[in-house]
Amino acid sequence: MSIHIPQPKSAFDKELMAGALLDALKKLDPRSLWRNPVMFAVEIASCITLVTFILSLTGANREPVWFTGTVSVWLWLTVLFSTFAEALAEGRGKARAASLRKSRTDVTAKLLKTPDFASSQTSVGADQLRKGDYILVEANDLIAGDGDVVAGAALVNEAAVTGESAPVVRESGGDRSAVTGGTTVIANSIIVKITANPGETFIDRMISLIEGAKRRKTPNEVALEVLLIALTVVFLLVCANISPLSIYSVAAAGQGSPVSLTILVALFVCLAPTTIAALLPAIGIAGMDRLFQKNVIALSGRAIEAAGDVNVLLLDKTGTITLGNREAVAFVPVGGHSELELAKAALTASLSDETPEGRSVVALAKQKHNLLPEALPVSATAISFSADTRLSGVDIDGVMYRKGAADSIITFIGKQGGIVPKDLEERVNAIAHAGATPLVVCRGAEVLGVINLKDIVKSGLQERFQQLRSMGIKTVMITGDNPLTAAAIAAEAQVDDFLAQAKPEDKLRMIKDYQEAGFMVAMTGDGTNDAPALAQADVAVAMNTGTQPAREAANIIDLDSNPTKLLDIVEIGKQILMTRGNLTTFSISNDIAKYFAIIPAALLSIYPQLGALNVMHLASPYSAILSAVIFNAIIIPMLVPLALKGTKFRPMPAEKLLIYNLLVYGVGGIILPFIGIKAIDLGIGLFI
Amino acid sequence: MMNTYDWQQTLFFFAVLLLLVKPVGTFMAKVYQGERTFLSPFLGPCENLLYRICGVNKDEEMGWQRYAGSMLLFNLMGFAALFAILLLQHLLPLNPQGLQAFSWQLALNTAISFITNTNWQAYSGETAASYFTQMAGITVHNFVSAATGMAIVIALIRGFTRRKTSLIGNFWVDMSRGTLYILLPLALVAALVLVSQGVIQNFSPYRTVPLVQATSYDKAQLDVTGKPRLDVTGKPLTDKIIVNEVSVPMGPVASQEAIKELGTNGGGFFNANSAHPYENPTPLSHLLEILLILLIPAGLTYTFGIMVGNTRQGWTLLAVMLLLFVVSFVVLQWAETSGTPQLTQLGIMGGNMEGKEVRFGLAGTSLFEVATTGTSCGAVAAMHDSLTPIGGLVPLSLILLGEIVFGGVGSGLYTMLAFAIIAVFVSGLMIGRTPEYLGKKIEVREMWVSIITILSAGIVVLILSGIAMITPSAVSSMANPGAHGLSEALYAFASMANNNGSAFAGLNANVNFYNILGSLAMLIGRYVPAVAILAMAGSLAGKKYVPPSLGTLPTDKAPFALWLTLVILIVGALTFFPALALGPIVEHLTMLGGN
Repeated sequence: MSIHIPQPKSAFDKELMAGALLDALKKLDPRSLWRNPVMFAVEIASCITLVTFILSLTGANREPVWFTGTVSVWLWLTVLFSTFAEALAEGRGKARAASLRKSRTDVTAKLLKTPDFASSQTSVGADQLRKGDYILVEANDLIAGDGDVVAGAALVNEAAVTGESAPVVRESGGDRSAVTGGTTVIANSIIVKITANPGETFIDRMISLIEGAKRRKTPNEVALEVLLIALTVVFLLVCANISPLSIYSVAAAGQGSPVSLTILVALFVCLAPTTIAALLPAIGIAGMDRLFQKNVIALSGRAIEAAGDVNVLLLDKTGTITLGNREAVAFVPVGGHSELELAKAALTASLSDETPEGRSVVALAKQKHNLLPEALPVSATAISFSADTRLSGVDIDGVMYRKGAADSIITFIGKQGGIVPKDLEERVNAIAHAGATPLVVCRGAEVLGVINLKDIVKSGLQERFQQLRSMGIKTVMITGDNPLTAAAIAAEAQVDDFLAQAKPEDKLRMIKDYQEAGFMVAMTGDGTNDAPALAQADVAVAMNTGTQPAREAANIIDLDSNPTKLLDIVEIGKQILMTRGNLTTFSISNDIAKYFAIIPAALLSIYPQLGALNVMHLASPYSAILSAVIFNAIIIPMLVPLALKGTKFRPMPAEKLLIYNLLVYGVGGIILPFIGIKAIDLGIGLFI
Repeated sequence: MMNTYDWQQTLFFFAVLLLLVKPVGTFMAKVYQGERTFLSPFLGPCENLLYRICGVNKDEEMGWQRYAGSMLLFNLMGFAALFAILLLQHLLPLNPQGLQAFSWQLALNTAISFITNTNWQAYSGETAASYFTQMAGITVHNFVSAATGMAIVIALIRGFTRRKTSLIGNFWVDMSRGTLYILLPLALVAALVLVSQGVIQNFSPYRTVPLVQATSYDKAQLDVTGKPRLDVTGKPLTDKIIVNEVSVPMGPVASQEAIKELGTNGGGFFNANSAHPYENPTPLSHLLEILLILLIPAGLTYTFGIMVGNTRQGWTLLAVMLLLFVVSFVVLQWAETSGTPQLTQLGIMGGNMEGKEVRFGLAGTSLFEVATTGTSCGAVAAMHDSLTPIGGLVPLSLILLGEIVFGGVGSGLYTMLAFAIIAVFVSGLMIGRTPEYLGKKIEVREMWVSIITILSAGIVVLILSGIAMITPSAVSSMANPGAHGLSEALYAFASMANNNGSAFAGLNANVNFYNILGSLAMLIGRYVPAVAILAMAGSLAGKKYVPPSLGTLPTDKAPFALWLTLVILIVGALTFFPALALGPIVEHLTMLGGN
């Protein structure tokens, strides 16, 4: 089952923007804003300027009315931009949840007393079903809730949740017994035992995750907030300190006037790390959202951040590193037989072999020697693989074509008095040492040669592992193969390490060993026997096709059940942290220019000499202060796209990455506001 | 800017300092890790005897709360003893001048000043403190307050190196070892060298000696009520007093002088501190004193490197300190040799020599003042009040940065480590990892501690300097009005809150306002970070170790060193730019304007 999270339009869709604006206004409520202490402080600051503005209307304030008013407006806009950024990030989640909700329709269920088709039934609403209830679902009925099929088998259309129109079989017993509420039975009847109370079903959980209703700040977010709050407090004190200092200076210099409340408040808002504080919630929400876009659900924000820290990835060989099945890649004749002879025999032996490997032999015969598979004669008898002989093949008119492992074939021809060609062992070993599987082909008592069955490493993986290595992430391949084969595949895929003949307890021990050595381990898993290892791993990605225990042990669920997703998750985890760090540096670097704009302007009346600090040559003190305030406000919406998309991820060693980001966000953060504030000042000059 | 002699002196000084870092650092690491050193045969028995007397089990380690509790208890007892000595000075021996007791406000300020390693002196040594006070009171605290700082940083380093434990060492053991093996031997040797240069060491009463050149002044006549008598025209009547002899203070100076520098204490025996010829007679004693100031703070970076198992980590921090030091030195030296336009107008060439000692020269003076304010020493060999505005900005900024340019013994390194944690946190995010330093994850608790450590002094300065500016008694204490007065008050609180202890002079600090609020500043500036750092030591020790990988930000290379320097400068600049603009910066601009 592959569930698809609905993907709404771009975040900057008009409808979403309008909704976000409304939410942004609601979020101005101090009772919700105090969760973001920095912006809460800015809101208080905005209130103060509103009061000074009203006072200036009555003439109780010596500053021009337009100045106080404009400052107040822009401070309010600063807060609004911040809540808008958060609302916008949430908007996409809400749209997703709404479209999922549509798939839940109120349905009536046929409640059974006992899990028996003959049992008496009563009609109840889906919302009255409880865990353990049995319901009968007949053709064209909607399944009323999540559950397990306990009797019967039916064709179910799961398009409502998966988006796939091809119906699937759901039957009692085995791995295909789970059904999801909201899907439709197309044919036959089943009895379903309800496994989730209303509001606790898979779709409900998905909706609540997507809406971010249970979103909690991650420890790293809290640590960053500590820094931001501390800076805010310091800047509050810096501004409070200016007041008495300027009062003293006025007395000492015998001119000018102490710095006014409006200017102090404006300075405070400009200095406080508003840029990062305004965008911080959006960054986290948008990170989750980017995961949804990849069809991945993180059960906690912490899991995504942990993914950014992962330094060991445990990857299952099959499906992740190699394509699911081995393929025949070469015919290696022995005992003087020709390759064509071998290919013909191999083709014949594989004609009735419907396994992917068998089909790959047929395909190779066609590709190499243009041999086309013909229909088997009526007299032919297909011999399918049995645990007893460990051979498969075909008998045609008494000639036995067989293929199988070397030792099985040797036993087989031995019984018929055949002789093992001298070069067989050498060929077989050569293939085995290269990490491939040798499959020996015989015709009667004659060994013709060996088919080279190879695990095909997915293309592009080497490059990706190389990137991971440069980021300091070690990849470990887990396989049930013998060490020889495992080593060869590991070498080809260029993983750093491998665990051969792995049993679930080996995985668990390996994770513990790595963790003991201080590594953060990520793994993917789907089977019940993976559950202990998943529970132990720092980042555990469960395939949605996986069993319930595996899903419960994991902290991330991949709805596509694609094991390489782990790499995307790691990238997104890193992106979230990087975006936070970069914007923090940017936000703080900005303060330098703001000081140079506001301090000379605020103190000019006391000490005209300080005009020398007005390096931007801003037109007037009022225009200088206003320019800084406006810059501080509009930088927030300008950075919203960056916060939502995340800073671009570049796999490179830590030190290089730091230098790069410091140049862009640190040095850039110092220079940009000088340009921006000057530009705004010039713009203001057009009006006054 | 510097002549050949200046260059030789400066380069010689840095060469000696850097050559000493490794041996001194290695020795200190051995001492604190309880390894045998060449001093063990003599001092080992003393150490053990001390433990037996005090009932200390040296193998018993402490959790951070107990460590911090012991540290606070020890300092509290030290405070009580010193406070009592100051109040009872007139009853105690070794007081040939018959000096009176301190007022309780001054005693409080002085006692707190010395237990916090600040050594702010609102009194003049030669006119207020008896030999007993100087030796049994002040000098003792010069040793133990330094050893306290070292013990705290050693506990923090243990926090980095240990895994999954709550124990960070034994305070009494760290305290004893630091004093016995490190401070006492070094101070002993240094004191002897200082005596060889002419620093005095005696218990004699002050000597009265004839002046080579007699001088005179006019003394106002007072009537019986103590009011000045006026003549018929209303002018005060004066008597001409001829002065032909002078009282020369004596005392056990050398023994206090050595530890004053070595423990970055800075409280002078005399009011003139290291500008006084009996404290600092020759250029050689001058260089030795600067070296003593920087020796332990610089050496501790290497101790840190050894203990965390990567000396490059220590060298990196030392490089940051050195960079800030050299830049400060260059700016100060440039400002002082450039002098002022006013001096140039008067035809005075050769820079601003006001308030400086000719025997040290400009470069020697600059080196001392950068060293004494970059560390939390606070001894002075020149009057900071007389520096040019930009010249004065340098010591003030060094103090406001939080005393990390080598810093106080122990406190400098732990404050620097707190800065490193902030730097690591932001840079860690920037490379997409939850941050880690020396293999330990930096989480909420470490952030709180680091921020408290680096900001508590700054916050105290902001609040108290603000209060001072609108308190009439505080304003009237300023000798100079205007922007310079603001610099004086700002400097006073910066110096006290950061436990430096030097004064900008020009400010009469022995008034209740400065005595009491200053005491508060010194206490907060010392103990809030100290306890926070110990809490962090405990939390770090409990964490597991994360081995470095390619994805880990290397904290022992140049890019991190530069980033750390930038973080330090940005935090300092953002916190104090407005105050500095109204003080030294406006003074400088005014000076250029020719006023």
